[in-house]
Amino acid sequence: MPAKTLYDKIWDAHVVSTEPDGTCLIYIDRHLVHEVTSAQAFSGLRKSNRLVRRPELTLAVVDHNIPTTDRSVGIDDPESKLQMDTLRSNTSEFGVEYYDELDERQGIVHIIGPEQGFTLPGTTVVCGDSHTATHGAFGALAHGIGTSEVEHVLASQTLLQNKSKNMQVLVKGRLPAGVTAKDLTLAIIAKTGTAGGTGHVIEYRGEAITDLSMEGRMTLCNMAIEGGARAGLVAPDETTFEYLKGRPKAPKGKDWDDAVAYWKTLQTDEGAHFDLTVEIDASQIAPIVTWGTSPEDALPITDSVPDPKSFKDEHKQAAAARSLEYMGLTAGTALNEIEIDKVFIGSCTNGRIEDLRAVAKVVEGKKVADHVSAMVVPGSGLVKKQAEEEGIADILKSAGFDWREPGCSMCLGMNPDRLKPQERCASTSNRNFEGRQGHGGRTHLMSPAMAAAAAVTGKLTDVRTITGDT
Amino acid sequence: MKALKELTGVAAPMPMINVDTDMIIPKQYLKTISRDGLGKGLFHSMRYNDDGSDNPEFILNKEAYSKASFLIAGDNFGCGSSREHAAWALEDFGIRCVIAPSFSDIFYNNAFKNGMLLIQLPQEAIDKLTELAEYGSNAVFSVDLESQTVTAPDGSEHTFELDEFRKHCLLNGLDEIALTLEKESSIATFESDTSNTHSWLTPAS
Repeated sequence: MPAKTLYDKIWDAHVVSTEPDGTCLIYIDRHLVHEVTSAQAFSGLRKSNRLVRRPELTLAVVDHNIPTTDRSVGIDDPESKLQMDTLRSNTSEFGVEYYDELDERQGIVHIIGPEQGFTLPGTTVVCGDSHTATHGAFGALAHGIGTSEVEHVLASQTLLQNKSKNMQVLVKGRLPAGVTAKDLTLAIIAKTGTAGGTGHVIEYRGEAITDLSMEGRMTLCNMAIEGGARAGLVAPDETTFEYLKGRPKAPKGKDWDDAVAYWKTLQTDEGAHFDLTVEIDASQIAPIVTWGTSPEDALPITDSVPDPKSFKDEHKQAAAARSLEYMGLTAGTALNEIEIDKVFIGSCTNGRIEDLRAVAKVVEGKKVADHVSAMVVPGSGLVKKQAEEEGIADILKSAGFDWREPGCSMCLGMNPDRLKPQERCASTSNRNFEGRQGHGGRTHLMSPAMAAAAAVTGKLTDVRTITGDT
Repeated sequence: MKALKELTGVAAPMPMINVDTDMIIPKQYLKTISRDGLGKGLFHSMRYNDDGSDNPEFILNKEAYSKASFLIAGDNFGCGSSREHAAWALEDFGIRCVIAPSFSDIFYNNAFKNGMLLIQLPQEAIDKLTELAEYGSNAVFSVDLESQTVTAPDGSEHTFELDEFRKHCLLNGLDEIALTLEKESSIATFESDTSNTHSWLTPAS
């Protein structure tokens, strides 16, 4: 048998049929649904008189436009409310399990899938959301789809797909103290560019990857899409199994043993072919921040805002000039001199317990700078509860952070949590696009520890100068 | 899905790289539960001033391009969010074909599901087509899907690659879900095989 990559193995195990041109019908094991990209798919089913083929393989939750204030008092925005009510009635009509805004298990779709043990190694996972890449951390082939494809999966439990190419990101060495999975994923995108992974599925490999916790692997894979890749993967190992064991929807008893035995085979074979290899030395990575309006506009905090003329390509020069104007920055300014107005801790990239612990570690006994408003939005109700039990919520609240209810929140600003024009935000989210966090808002992406450091000093800051890691 | 065999019309040049789907259709338009009427929100932040008036500098607000059916775009067009609203907005505005050096994977799929044709050409060809598109409404582009050819206003022809299956669906305006459901027995066989070998695949409850 020819040597196979992890991606080849998962793909081959899911092919239902193949068209003459190579287009495949792929079986989908897990489908996550939220309120923003599903309404039109359910209407399509209704219009064509179709049912959801296997409702037990679909899990729905409200996350994108839900307010992060007390939801028991009702939802003010009539459009948000309509979308939430529509998801409630669609899931009830089609027999799909749904976590509503008052359910303790509610949270960001990519946080709750793993948390419930719904996401498993070797499965195919889709959702009408590009950050479905997150689930690749478990060695699941996971990617975002559009609403037409959501309808296709609901109706048939399959998708028409062309196989992507194999890419590996080989991370050598170990991450230095104070440098996290977020810095690593931004460093990779800075190297490959936002289109560097287009048409590929990335497998992240190397010592620095196996060292990562599941939370870290999720942060890493979450941003595979920001590098243009169809999906990101980390091979499952003991860290994965330990995270999953005992979770509500994970296999139990003999099923668990059978599953683990199968999952252990999900490793890239020696000598398997990768179409593209990118190598990166983890030991050389410093904490990273973005300066522009694309996730590839990322530099070490010790650097300065680049001169657009320093880019070789004329299209990139134009893009950088536009970014600097939008961001209100001047070439040559030291990144650690940039003052901020807001801090956002949360999102499917960094809204998990480990992220909140990292923030608490930096801000314990300190105060958020006077001119800064800082908010923490836990990724799920269960993350929130755990943080409250561990005393993290108290540390953050005494430091002056606003402690909110779970949801996507200011990562995309569909709910009331938004930046005002020209407000500058240190954000743990995944996109610094123009207007992403609010019309005219200026986003700098970074790790939770770096955002915590910025909250305390009021400007972009090398967290290692606070924690003493350098 | 609407079929597309040939298309003739004006092309709006938009050479910016990394045009993301937030830029194509921002968040305030994602609260709809319908697919229709999103053309008004297309490129909202660039197209309208803060007071809601048209920004006369924006390409689609220029008279020559107000009825454009092609967009000549920059590298990595449609990156970011998976929102199919981006394809719905372009299509509702009247743009049925986007030509660019590369597209994000998800946007590429979404567009074809909505009867749009996305054409990938090398950067040098795009630079030339951008230049030609700048001539305005006299610069008429056409595309013939059967022969996979774009004809530019200067008469130059550019052939492009496309998967056979995608082409077949677009030429005939086929409903992909109906096509897939014709394979119901293969899907059922697959399901029964995997439930025998991997019973752990059914979520615990």
